[in-house]
Amino acid sequence: MPLSASEPYDLAVIGAGSAGLAGAVTAGELGLSVALLDTSAQTGGQFYRTPAPALGAVRPEALHHDWSAYTDLRRRLARSDVVRHLPGHHVWSVTKDEEEGAGVGAGDGLWAVHAVTGADGGGERPVRVRARAVLLATGACERQLPFPGWTLPGVVGAGGAQAMLKSGLVLPGRQIVVAGSGPLLLAVASSLAAAGAQVPAVVEASGYLRYARHPRALATNPHKAAEALLHGAALLWHRVRVRVRSAVTEVHGTDQVEAVTVTRLDRDWRPVPGSGRRIVCDALAVGHGLVPQIELATTLGCATRPLSDGTRALTLDDLQETSVRGLWAAGETGGVGGAQLARVEGELAAVAVAARILGRPAHGGRVRELGRRRDRMRAFADAMAAVHAPGPGWPRWLTDDTAVCRCEEVTAGRVREAIEDLGARDARTVKLLTRAGMGWCQGRMCGAAVACLAARGQPAEPPADRRPFATPVPLSALAVLDAPDTPFVTEPEGSADAPGGHTTTASGPDASPGDG
Amino acid sequence: MARTPAELVGAQPGPPFRITFDGRAVTALPGQSVAAALWGAGILAWRTTRGGGRPRGAFCGIGQCYDCLATINGEPNRRACLVPARPGDAVTTQEGHGRAALGI
Ligand code: FES
Repeated sequence: MPLSASEPYDLAVIGAGSAGLAGAVTAGELGLSVALLDTSAQTGGQFYRTPAPALGAVRPEALHHDWSAYTDLRRRLARSDVVRHLPGHHVWSVTKDEEEGAGVGAGDGLWAVHAVTGADGGGERPVRVRARAVLLATGACERQLPFPGWTLPGVVGAGGAQAMLKSGLVLPGRQIVVAGSGPLLLAVASSLAAAGAQVPAVVEASGYLRYARHPRALATNPHKAAEALLHGAALLWHRVRVRVRSAVTEVHGTDQVEAVTVTRLDRDWRPVPGSGRRIVCDALAVGHGLVPQIELATTLGCATRPLSDGTRALTLDDLQETSVRGLWAAGETGGVGGAQLARVEGELAAVAVAARILGRPAHGGRVRELGRRRDRMRAFADAMAAVHAPGPGWPRWLTDDTAVCRCEEVTAGRVREAIEDLGARDARTVKLLTRAGMGWCQGRMCGAAVACLAARGQPAEPPADRRPFATPVPLSALAVLDAPDTPFVTEPEGSADAPGGHTTTASGPDASPGDG
Repeated sequence: MARTPAELVGAQPGPPFRITFDGRAVTALPGQSVAAALWGAGILAWRTTRGGGRPRGAFCGIGQCYDCLATINGEPNRRACLVPARPGDAVTTQEGHGRAALGI
């Protein structure tokens, strides 16, 4: 660990989920000093999201899969005295100073990771963590496709329902339909049912038989098939019906969900006329796969690659380095592939960073083995993306008054007008003409849908998000940046002075969670 | 088979406490976010939109969508899915951008 705030860490890891945790503890064990930043108060990311300690969950593993993998990482973190966990840190930008610290290791120059603190970033305490290398492990967020009624209270993200259940032990209703596309739906439905909800149906827009088109990826990833079987068995046990090639095309209710209409889809995801069935429920958990969260990297100019589900992931080399030297990435940022893949990639990245910084070759056998496992799981992830890619016919679910942008309340009619009458051809132009994507969430909820609509049935070019801020930042935090003499605080929450106050050394109380 | 999430994980929380939502008492458990406490009381909407005045509550559950904005102890635009509930918190429905009182 650096002896003073002015001394940089060897590695800053952004995100304490499976990839980030694995990367941080491995790097620590290889002798690097590491800062592990995460927005949440606890490690685990979304996959291993756990009830707050005050909720006293005796069996948190009841909500999880592969729990021992997480407890192992957590134990290694608690044992480490060189990995500093910085919870409640919302990273809004990563910058590089080419001049500073030239020749100190990974790249040429030093990285600065800028964050604001607090549960929702409202702590207004600006933090700057400097490091020789950065590992981006920011995961993914859920992709949403709009449909009539999806803004009604009681309609929640499938991942959102899962997150609120895992952290707060609450459900959005008693009878919850789960709909959308992707393997997450089965996991969500089985955990909701295990927690006491009735799940009248799981509605999947693709067909699982499509996996049969990828026999090699299936055969080399038996754990994935086993996982699906496990969820499938749980759903059978809870008498949950799975409807494939179908979608929720309308939500009914005035102030809250009363029922949904489930419609059969053709192979292009166009609704089959006359096939709609009403299902009574009081909540709908919906999501259409996951989108890699890569805006910190794209702002720095990192190269990206299109995935077969219409999203974009970072382009990475064999050792997980992005196209920008000194910036590594692991887990969903390189394409959505699950927690096990994320752990392997986090470890591989850490080995590579350590080799670069310490200036000695990485253990070849270990690198080869990790690389092999990564390639096998990446192949499955790519097959999975292809199976659940949204079909070009989904915009037929929309009526003219369906809200597409939730924040700015921009309807499908106005988006169509921008495209058909005003000639918009991409999400950016639609945004300028309609304000879709200009609200609070900055297009995170509607960006994918708007890009699809603008592409008019052609494969959509995923929006290349370049936002200067990855999270809202109080002006006071920015003001501090302009004052060159104001020192930055690098201590975890609770041990620092007032906002923008004195520099404190990083040798204070250790912030590792004592939860081992 | 578990009937509630708390039963599923064998939760043994500390003593519950009270917050209010638009003046009405709501029971929260230590460690829950404001959004979780409201969901626990069956409340799914605590904001009305700027344009259409439509009700909204938590959607993404992880701080991404900003649909869950609430006014907490008089401070608007807090993400209820991230902010931990504290004893005595007064949560009120946020109207529009939450600055109605300022007339902007
Ligand atoms: S529910 Fe999306 S930000 Fe809180």
